[in-house]
Amino acid sequence: MRPTSPVPLVAALTALAALATLTACGDSGGDPDTVKVVYPRSTDNKVRLMDDYLAVIKKQFEREHEGKKLRLIPVQATQDDYYAKVQQMMRSPKTAPDVVHEDTFVLNSDVKSGYLRALDDRLAGWKQWGRFAPAAKASVRAEDGKTYGVPDGTDTRALWFNKELFARAGLPADWHPKTWNDVLDAARTLKRKLPGVIPLNVYTGKGAGEAASMQGFEMLAYGTGADPLYEPSSKKWVTGGAGFRDALEFVRTVYAEKLGPEPSDALSPTIGTRVTTDWLPGGKLAIALDGSWLGKFWLPSGARPWPQWSKVMGRTAFPTRDGTAPGRVSLSGGWAWSVSAKSPRADLAWQLVETLQSPANATDWTVRDAQIAVRDDVAAASAYRTSMPGISFFTDLVQVTHHRPALPVYPQVSNAIQEAMESVTTGDADAAQAARRYDERLRSIAGPAGVTAR
Amino acid sequence: MSARHAAGGLPRWLPLAPATLLLLLFLAGPIGYCVVLAFTDTQLSGQASASFVGLANFRRAFADDDFAHAVLLTLVFTVLSSIVGQNTLGFALAALMRRASKAVRTLTGTVVIAAWVLPEIVAGFLLYTFFTREGTLNAVLEGLGLPGQNWLFTLPILAVSFANVWRGTAFSMLVYSAALAEIPRDVTEAAEVDGASGVRRFWHITLPMIRRSIGTNLMLNTLQTLSVFGLIWAMTRGGPGNRSQTLPVFMYDQAFLKSLIGYGTAVALLLLLVGGLFSAVYVRLLREEV
Repeated sequence: MRPTSPVPLVAALTALAALATLTACGDSGGDPDTVKVVYPRSTDNKVRLMDDYLAVIKKQFEREHEGKKLRLIPVQATQDDYYAKVQQMMRSPKTAPDVVHEDTFVLNSDVKSGYLRALDDRLAGWKQWGRFAPAAKASVRAEDGKTYGVPDGTDTRALWFNKELFARAGLPADWHPKTWNDVLDAARTLKRKLPGVIPLNVYTGKGAGEAASMQGFEMLAYGTGADPLYEPSSKKWVTGGAGFRDALEFVRTVYAEKLGPEPSDALSPTIGTRVTTDWLPGGKLAIALDGSWLGKFWLPSGARPWPQWSKVMGRTAFPTRDGTAPGRVSLSGGWAWSVSAKSPRADLAWQLVETLQSPANATDWTVRDAQIAVRDDVAAASAYRTSMPGISFFTDLVQVTHHRPALPVYPQVSNAIQEAMESVTTGDADAAQAARRYDERLRSIAGPAGVTAR
Repeated sequence: MSARHAAGGLPRWLPLAPATLLLLLFLAGPIGYCVVLAFTDTQLSGQASASFVGLANFRRAFADDDFAHAVLLTLVFTVLSSIVGQNTLGFALAALMRRASKAVRTLTGTVVIAAWVLPEIVAGFLLYTFFTREGTLNAVLEGLGLPGQNWLFTLPILAVSFANVWRGTAFSMLVYSAALAEIPRDVTEAAEVDGASGVRRFWHITLPMIRRSIGTNLMLNTLQTLSVFGLIWAMTRGGPGNRSQTLPVFMYDQAFLKSLIGYGTAVALLLLLVGGLFSAVYVRLLREEV
């Protein structure tokens, strides 16, 4: 065999490859009349709240904008995987959606990566914007002072407890724990009196994802004093905080004393679905540290219809560590509609956001998804105020609520928190060791100059 | 120049061009991109622009305890499930099936190959439901009056290794069935006439004659097992903690959940290196034998 010269081969292939790339690029923007919207779909196949809502929006949008199409792109995944998938889509103009449903805690991170478009020019001429609460507006404002999304609701967190189980264990139906120890003591009583019932669920570990950081860890840590994660005055992340260790110690106690679910269940990504659709309605779990939205799963339209829920389930605020003022803790997050920076149809995309946030649609969504209203017109709507028992309880918590330090590195910090929680849940580390490891991770995430010891 | 052209005037490389193009586009392209990324601090989110950082990602990997842990688990997983599990079990099945009746052969073959034909993610979920605390295995154990297990939590690396054996044994079985069928009958009979025992025949006749197949099978098995991701992800997501976090899972976790694409791709390159080392050893073994 004579060797063939590689030069013509390479030349021809380069030409071909260039041709292939060019043809592919012709498709980059896609159909100019089709708006693509990407949103998370629940991993529970019985939950189709967003899908049902967007189906209504699609009809309305296509009727109002003749010749335009709305393409719904659901991503059925756990939350972490949803963020990763959407971020990958937004990296390239070929795959970037036009409108994206963003969790406000990843918003800053995605803004820094240049994935999202500032909406200030649109908001200036949009009269609905005046109806949004200042805290909601702040949650979509990035470090650069510009606004990158329109929030569609918020939430608060508290303790849900099963009054029937409480009665059987001799605990009061009107339960108001004042300190962490009150919560643990109630759980210990439940464990002693009701074998087979899980006394208390606190989300933990990487499986539960952001729910572990927020419903679990931060609900604890923000009840220990000054911001346990971030120091706004110096703009530095906090290492070595005593509140941080105390919060981890609480989680460790719950799992070490077997006051919580089996660690293998607690660390499974399906824990959220099991708590809401199996354990609570089935009377297998007595106390759940969870979100304001749980009722939506038990409505006739929900994943697990449970007519008696409003009588069985009690709600009470989560206390601070030692009962210090204000005595109650809550955390708030929320999602927003944003426009992708790479969208070639920014006008149409914005029109879709306007449709999504018309007063009627905003109310519809808030009620469907059991959100806490972020607009004064929605908050005043009777459909909202009568939508669900307990809505006023959770709305009141907004007064004491905290927001996560949703800075660009927060998603990584949150992941580090989940790892720390996971290691105390499995018993691989004690609270002090896990906190030390978190400090190390924090230094590598924020840089040595970005942290301050407390 | 004329010598380089075939009779019809067509360049010789032309027939090869489509295949080479596809390889360059879909294999060399992504690998090249991966190599470039590995030397940057690219993040999936939370970064305005990426910059070149030289060998920082690799230095970081070698100083990272979690990385060392992942390498160790990868070796445990590979040796346990591929070299010991799939390889040995596949050979045993192939050898036993040669003596079995046709009905047994068909039945065993169907069952084993069915596990192999299943898509990885389906196999992952099946085995999750098998090993999980309320799963099939515990139901069976309870039925037999035996204590239950919770390996997905207590010994996840063992559970995923079993899963990989379950899924991958068919391949080894097929390779060895073919290899054993190739051994000429007269050689075995001659040894039998000379009075060689079963063990001796196995050691001195069978093994030397299928050495090439063993090498090929080990190489393919090892490379496949090194890159197993979906099975482990579906069963444990690398957890609890990092007790089943092999290199591919570690890589995914860093690149997509911690958003550190640059670091993740550097780990991918190191994984490529581990695969390369294994291959080099096997190729060397094969060559010596010829």
